[in-house]
Amino acid sequence: MTERPRDIDGNPVTPGLPIAMLAEITHRCPLACPYCSNPVELTRVGLELPATDWARAFRQAADLGVLQVHISGGEPGVRRDLADIVASAREAGLYVNLITSGIGITRERLQDLDRAGVDHVQLSLQGIRPDMADRISGHPGSWNKKMAFAEWVTEIGFPLTINAVVHRQNMDRLPDMIQLAETLDARRIEVATVQFHGWANLNRKALMPTREQAAFARQIVNDARLRLRGRMVIDYVPADHHAIYPKACMGGWATTGLNIAPDGSVLPCHAAQTIPWMTFDNIRDRSLRDIWMQSDAFNAFRGTEWMPEPCQSCDRKTVDFGGCRCQAMALAGNARATDPVCSKSPLHAGLVAAAEVESQGDTDEMVYRRLKKGR
Amino acid sequence: MEPLIQPQDIPYLPRGVRLADDRVRGIRVLQAPERAMQLDQIGDAILSELDGQRSLAAIARALAERYQAPQNQIAADMRDFLTGLIERRMVFVKAAP
Repeated sequence: MTERPRDIDGNPVTPGLPIAMLAEITHRCPLACPYCSNPVELTRVGLELPATDWARAFRQAADLGVLQVHISGGEPGVRRDLADIVASAREAGLYVNLITSGIGITRERLQDLDRAGVDHVQLSLQGIRPDMADRISGHPGSWNKKMAFAEWVTEIGFPLTINAVVHRQNMDRLPDMIQLAETLDARRIEVATVQFHGWANLNRKALMPTREQAAFARQIVNDARLRLRGRMVIDYVPADHHAIYPKACMGGWATTGLNIAPDGSVLPCHAAQTIPWMTFDNIRDRSLRDIWMQSDAFNAFRGTEWMPEPCQSCDRKTVDFGGCRCQAMALAGNARATDPVCSKSPLHAGLVAAAEVESQGDTDEMVYRRLKKGR
Repeated sequence: MEPLIQPQDIPYLPRGVRLADDRVRGIRVLQAPERAMQLDQIGDAILSELDGQRSLAAIARALAERYQAPQNQIAADMRDFLTGLIERRMVFVKAAP
């Protein structure tokens, strides 16, 4: 008999079923974006999960209720066996989203990926035109390569989403990014303000948007949604440091999504490893169902019983779930705390003041992501 | 809500959007870029008719016959349901040839 799943305080919880899985098949990437969502400790190639293990993970995911996989990285195109990995996900019955920078995937390989069964391509955008895009991505020539890739996507006929990551360095160019997505005939554009985890957290002074920029972006998105109704969907992740309430991170901890890291670690979200005391199971050792249903990491923050005040008595506790656990870890030093971006958090005023100072930072210098040497 | 489809328009599921069985939950879903949408019986019945050939009006006629329901009502329900999906770019529309 398996034990009843319990949260971090021992309260019984009831796991639901996951819908989506993020498969980070590598941390390797030709770009060096200073806000990369990969951990600061990047996984080396020798530890990457082989394609056969990914195939098994996809079958287990589909059996568990996962409907969609997001094959990402790093840059997934760095793996020469990407088409095999895609094919095995389709074989398992999953809908396959390819999340890519477009750098390093040739026209011929993209055709292979079409045959392998990629359903949808999400292409990242670092900026507009070579000067900005190449500076932010830390990769000379990235803009021209990306635009060529976008043309092949359209030529083959994949549905296309543009993923524009915005921050102080590029937010003023948001109208041009939306225009570009229109020109490329994208069905969707995701305008995502940088989330300040990991690498981005090292670059707060260069990336934190100003209050004016956040308001500008909101206005641009609202206007574009009206203008483009029925032609392009605009998903928007606002700057939560300027918000009243936190975002409903992951739609609630371990409720609908999970993430497998390149080495096979199974995580409730891609930033979960920033919670230092938390330990994670590996798909090489334990079945996905077991990990989802029984592991301490997944059960830790399920339900609402674990929440401290002011969340516990808040009527929004089932709306935003107390915000992001990783952000609470980073900003409050405690993964259980109310996300400090919430206006009800005792740390909120200090955070807003700090963000204000960071947003006025006089630096455009950034720490670019890279593998640590000699390890 | 201003409709995004007229009776003579032909609605269809574009590439990357497909109906599927969710065998674990025992439901029907519409699979689309980064979205899986649960369908009720009516939604499934409507989307299963989209063949890229027939207009909204022609499909409404067929469904009215099959379910013994007023065609006007079905056409209005279809228009609202499909408008929601067109807004999300999960259904495309082409003009009659």
